[in-house]
Amino acid sequence: MTLTNDSIQQKLTAQFGEGFFTFSEQYGMLSFEAPKDQNLKVLQFLYDEPTLAFRFLTDICAVHDPEQPGKELAVVYHLHNLQENVRVRMKIYTAIEDPKIFTATRLFESANWMERETYDFYGVNFVGHPNLKRILNVDEMDYFPLRKEFPLEDQTRIDKDDQMFGRG
Amino acid sequence: MTEHLQHIQLPEGSIEKQTTTLNLGPTHPATHGVFQNIIELDGERIVSAESTVGYIHRAFEKIAERRPLYQITPLTDRLNYCSSPINNMGWHLTCEKLLGVETPKRVDYLRVIIMELARISDHLICNSIVGVDTGAFTGFLYVMQYRELIYEIYEEVCGSRLTTNIGRIGGFERNFSNTAFTKLEKFLKEYPGVLKEFENLFARNRIFMERTIGGGAISAERALNYGFTGPNLRATGVDYDVRVHSPYSSYQDFDFIIPVGKTGDNYDRFLVRNEEMWQSLSIIQQAYQKIQAFKGEEAEVYHANVPEYYLPKKEDVYTKMEALIWHFKIIMGEVEMPKGEVYHSVEGGNGEVGYYLISDGGRTPFRLHFRRPCFIYYQAYPELVKGGMLSDAVVTMSSLNLIAGEMDA
Repeated sequence: MTLTNDSIQQKLTAQFGEGFFTFSEQYGMLSFEAPKDQNLKVLQFLYDEPTLAFRFLTDICAVHDPEQPGKELAVVYHLHNLQENVRVRMKIYTAIEDPKIFTATRLFESANWMERETYDFYGVNFVGHPNLKRILNVDEMDYFPLRKEFPLEDQTRIDKDDQMFGRG
Repeated sequence: MTEHLQHIQLPEGSIEKQTTTLNLGPTHPATHGVFQNIIELDGERIVSAESTVGYIHRAFEKIAERRPLYQITPLTDRLNYCSSPINNMGWHLTCEKLLGVETPKRVDYLRVIIMELARISDHLICNSIVGVDTGAFTGFLYVMQYRELIYEIYEEVCGSRLTTNIGRIGGFERNFSNTAFTKLEKFLKEYPGVLKEFENLFARNRIFMERTIGGGAISAERALNYGFTGPNLRATGVDYDVRVHSPYSSYQDFDFIIPVGKTGDNYDRFLVRNEEMWQSLSIIQQAYQKIQAFKGEEAEVYHANVPEYYLPKKEDVYTKMEALIWHFKIIMGEVEMPKGEVYHSVEGGNGEVGYYLISDGGRTPFRLHFRRPCFIYYQAYPELVKGGMLSDAVVTMSSLNLIAGEMDA
């Protein structure tokens, strides 16, 4: 049986019940939201269930949207079933005050650095991660630079001494 | 006496310790890039390694949040700078997927030529550097001439060589010139002989084989778990190739095989890359034949008809109102893109290069994330080198084809 977005949706709903996920489909890829504290269970199910077998973790990243109170941060997992060549996207939303999410490092070794990167830029706290520290930024940094409250410098600002930057 | 010694503060137990700590990198000639590894050595055997990355992090994902789509292309150049055209094309394809742009067949084939040339130049560097690290400098110098020829072809097409910024959303900035095709013909004619000679120099060379066989090996299962893609995954025996699994840019029209290895060690990685260069050559030949089959008006097509995103010709800008408006809007970044979320990936030199683009309907991406294959598989490095010799760790590092630009984004 070939794996389609519909069959994945049915299997997930059968396992976790109606209303557990919010499904959508964008540009042919099935995307779903799962409750915050259940991410590991869903990942494990997707991994173990022989008909689904999403055993390749393509990517983990986060998105910050300050206009969604209570679910400002989203952690996005891209999973791939290499045999059937089907991809899915899972999103876990969390409040920015308490961004705790279970780590996927037990399932995927590759999640280690991806989660460190996500922590580094968004401050998502992956509970149970073996070595959760900054990876691309300096260790001394005390903020999470990809969050939307840190805008890039205004290109039209004039209070800077341009001579120092070779533009004077 | 005690006062005199006070400023020497050795960590606890460091005198009794039986192993040596070696700091390899970040700027060591053997690392070919800015990588640091703190290696714990027992004699010459590696007990453990700890990698540090991020020395050339340039915050591309943040910068991209303020740039219109066409200004993000130069950022992608600087990821894997050994094959920047593939990154550029991957980015254009991502935008085209979001915007729903259909490209003409000729554009697809031209892109395939450029991407495969880039793959050859990427693999060429990697394989010849593996040669350098095992003590054979000749191959490296010899093949550089042909990388130069590839760069000259880029130069003909887009005007630059290393960080190419090649192509636009919808196609190319200009049609390929006759010089570009002449150079391509020269490449197709001369390169097979050179590659054959390069292969003869290494593939069955006793010294090279003994240096590389068994070093830095990984099983298919571990490689998948570590998120390997590209030649490094194929060297373990998994035939995953984005070009075949999710064809983009009309790769389904071409006939080629995915070479796979067996052991996943440095030698197999070398052989897989080597064979991929032959396959790329064959793809370029096929694409060139297909392009020559276009006649009349079709042979002049080099971009899709997308006035909202594709810069009009300069003479039109000076003479036509419509073109002037689009030129202004595009340059000022005043074109809104549709709302949506798209993930698109291409087969880069090192594996699956992915672009995850979220648009909220504005003029710049709401979020852009690059899936950088290097960054993901480099975390397996301590496991790959553990128990091996220090000198093999250097070979392993170059045979993984680690590119600092791609890793650190």
